[in-house]
Amino acid sequence: MILDRRRMTALIGQGGSIFVTLFGLLILTFVIGRIMPADPVRAIVGEDATREVYETVYRQLGLDRPMWEQFFLYVRDVATLDFGTSIRTGQPVLTDILRVLPATIELATFAILFGAIVGIPLGVLAAVNKDRWADHLIRVFSLMGHSMPIFWTGMIGLLVFYAWLGWVGGSGRMDQFYIGLVPERTNFLLIDSAIAGEWEVFRSAINHILLPASLLGYSSSAYITRMTRSFMLDQINQEYITTARVKGLSNRQTIWRHAFGNIRVQLVTIVALAYGALLEGAVLIETVFAWPGFGSYLTANLLIGDMNAVMTCVLVVGVIFIALNVISDILYRVFDPRTRA
Amino acid sequence: MSDPVLDIRNLSVRYAGAPGPAVRDVSFTLGRERLGIVGESGSGKSTLGRALMRLLPSAEITAERMQFEDVDLLNATERQMLKVRGRRMSMILQDPKFSLNPIRKCGDQIAEAYRTHFRCRPAEARQKAVDMLEAVQIREASRVYDLYPHEVSGGMGQRIMIAMMLLTDPDLVIADEPTSALDVTVRLEVLRILDGLVREKGIGLVMISHDLSLVRNFCDRVLIMYAGRVVETLNARELDQARHPYTRGLLAAQPRIAGGRGILPVLKRDPAWEEEPAR
Repeated sequence: MILDRRRMTALIGQGGSIFVTLFGLLILTFVIGRIMPADPVRAIVGEDATREVYETVYRQLGLDRPMWEQFFLYVRDVATLDFGTSIRTGQPVLTDILRVLPATIELATFAILFGAIVGIPLGVLAAVNKDRWADHLIRVFSLMGHSMPIFWTGMIGLLVFYAWLGWVGGSGRMDQFYIGLVPERTNFLLIDSAIAGEWEVFRSAINHILLPASLLGYSSSAYITRMTRSFMLDQINQEYITTARVKGLSNRQTIWRHAFGNIRVQLVTIVALAYGALLEGAVLIETVFAWPGFGSYLTANLLIGDMNAVMTCVLVVGVIFIALNVISDILYRVFDPRTRA
Repeated sequence: MSDPVLDIRNLSVRYAGAPGPAVRDVSFTLGRERLGIVGESGSGKSTLGRALMRLLPSAEITAERMQFEDVDLLNATERQMLKVRGRRMSMILQDPKFSLNPIRKCGDQIAEAYRTHFRCRPAEARQKAVDMLEAVQIREASRVYDLYPHEVSGGMGQRIMIAMMLLTDPDLVIADEPTSALDVTVRLEVLRILDGLVREKGIGLVMISHDLSLVRNFCDRVLIMYAGRVVETLNARELDQARHPYTRGLLAAQPRIAGGRGILPVLKRDPAWEEEPAR
C-alpha cells in the first residue's frame, strides 16, 4: 500500500498548495482594496456629504478598525460567500457575478474549442511541412489572427456575416424577442434553453455565439498554432521518431501516433493559459457584440471604483486560474507516465 | 557467396546545404554475414546506415547500384519502402533512453513493429512481443511488457530495442552503435544476445561502430571508413594485418591492458587518404 500512501501524500500536498495560493490571493485582493486611490466612502455618500455622514459610513464599513481585524472580517465574509453589494448595480456582487460569468464561460469555451480545433492541426501541419509553402501560408494566417485588432475583426465580421450574408445572429446573446422567455436557472443560456426545451431560443443562442466565439478563437488559435509548431519540431527531431520510421510506420502514423502524444502535456499548458485569458473576459469583443459578460462588468466597476465588485472580480479570476492549474495537473498525469511516479 | 542481401556500388550521400558529400563512392556487398563498419565520429558511417534505409529525406543520394534483395533502393517509392522498413530491413539505434517513445509501454512499442506489417488481433501481437522479450533473455517478460521506458535500465532498453527490430524476422539489420550508450558491464551481454539471434535466424548484420575490438569479435568482415570513404576492407580476423596507415593508426591508438602505461600514439592524418582509391 506504499502506492496509496504516496498518492495520499501527493493529494494532501496539492490541496495544501491550493489552500496557500487561495490565502495569498485573499491577501492580494484585500491589499488592492485598501491601496486603490478610490475612496469607498465617497463612492457611497457622494461628493456633497457632510462630515458626520462621511464618518458614520466610514465606521459602518469598519474602516476605523485595525488592519488585521479588517482582514479577518474580509476572510470571514468571503468564506460565507458574502461579497457585499455593488454600488453600481445596487445588487449583491454574488448575484451579479452569477449573471455575467456564465455568459463569459459560454463564449470562452466555444472560443477555446474553436482555437484548439483549428490551431493544433495547423501547427502540426506547419511543423511537418517546415519551410515549405504550407508552413508559410499557415504563418501568414496565424500572424493575421495575432495582429488584427479584435474589435475591428468584430465589426467587419458583423458587417459581412450578419448584415450582408445573414449567416449568423447579430449582437447580444440571442434575438431580442426571445429575451425573458427562458427561466434563468444556471444563466448558461444554452443549458437553460435546453432544459426548458426551448429549441428556438437554443438555436438563436448558437447563432449569436458563433461569430464572436470564432473571432476570439481565431485570435487564440494564432498563438496555439505557433506553439504547437515549435513543440512538434522539437519532437520530430527526436530519436524515437526515427525508431518509428524504421519500424515501417508512414509519416502520418509517426506524427500522430508517436510525436503528437509527446506534445499533449505542453499543449494542455498553453491551451489552459489561453482559456484562462479568455475567461478573464474579452472586453473589446464583449463591447462590440453587446455581450453582457465578465470583462465588461469588471471594466465598468473599475472605472467608477466599485471596490466590492472589483475585489470579487479579482478573486474570481484568481480562482479560475487555480482551477485551470489543478485540471492541467490532472491531465499531465493522464498523458505522461513519467509524472505518475 | 549466394545471392547477396545488399549490393552497393559507388554510393554517395550529400546533405542539403552541405559543402561536400558525407559519404563518397562507397561500394560493398553483404551476404548473410556480419559486416562491421568502423570509423571516427563524422566519418559517415551512421549516414551510410540511414541512407540504406532511406531515412534521410533532405539528403541527395546517388549510386550506380543500390540493391537490397529484389528491391532497388535507389528508385523504390516511399510506399514500397514502407513495406521494406521494419519488415525486411530494420535498424537498432544507439541509445534506448532516446530511441524509445517515453510515453508508450515498451511492450506496445514492440508489438507495433509486428502489427504494422501483419494483420492480427492485439492479443496475438502481444504474445509475439512477450515471446520476443523472452528471446532477448528478459525475465518476467509479461511484466516488462507493461513497463514504460523510464522504468527499465539501459541494458534492458537495448534488449527491448533488439526485440522490436528482430520480431519480424528481417533479412538485414543495421546496428548503429548498439552498445556505445551502455555500461561496459552489460555491453557484452547485449552483444551476445544480438549475435546469437542474428546467427540463429541467418540475418545479415551491418554493425556500425567505432570500437575495433568489438567489431573484431562480432563481425566477419570490416570496412574502415575515413572522411566518407571506405579506405580498407578486411576480414575481421586479419585486422592486425591492416595495411592502410589510417587503420594501423587506429589500432595503435588503442590502449591495451598489458601494454604498459606509455603515452598512446596520436593518429596522424594524411590528406591524401581522402582521395586515393580504396584498397
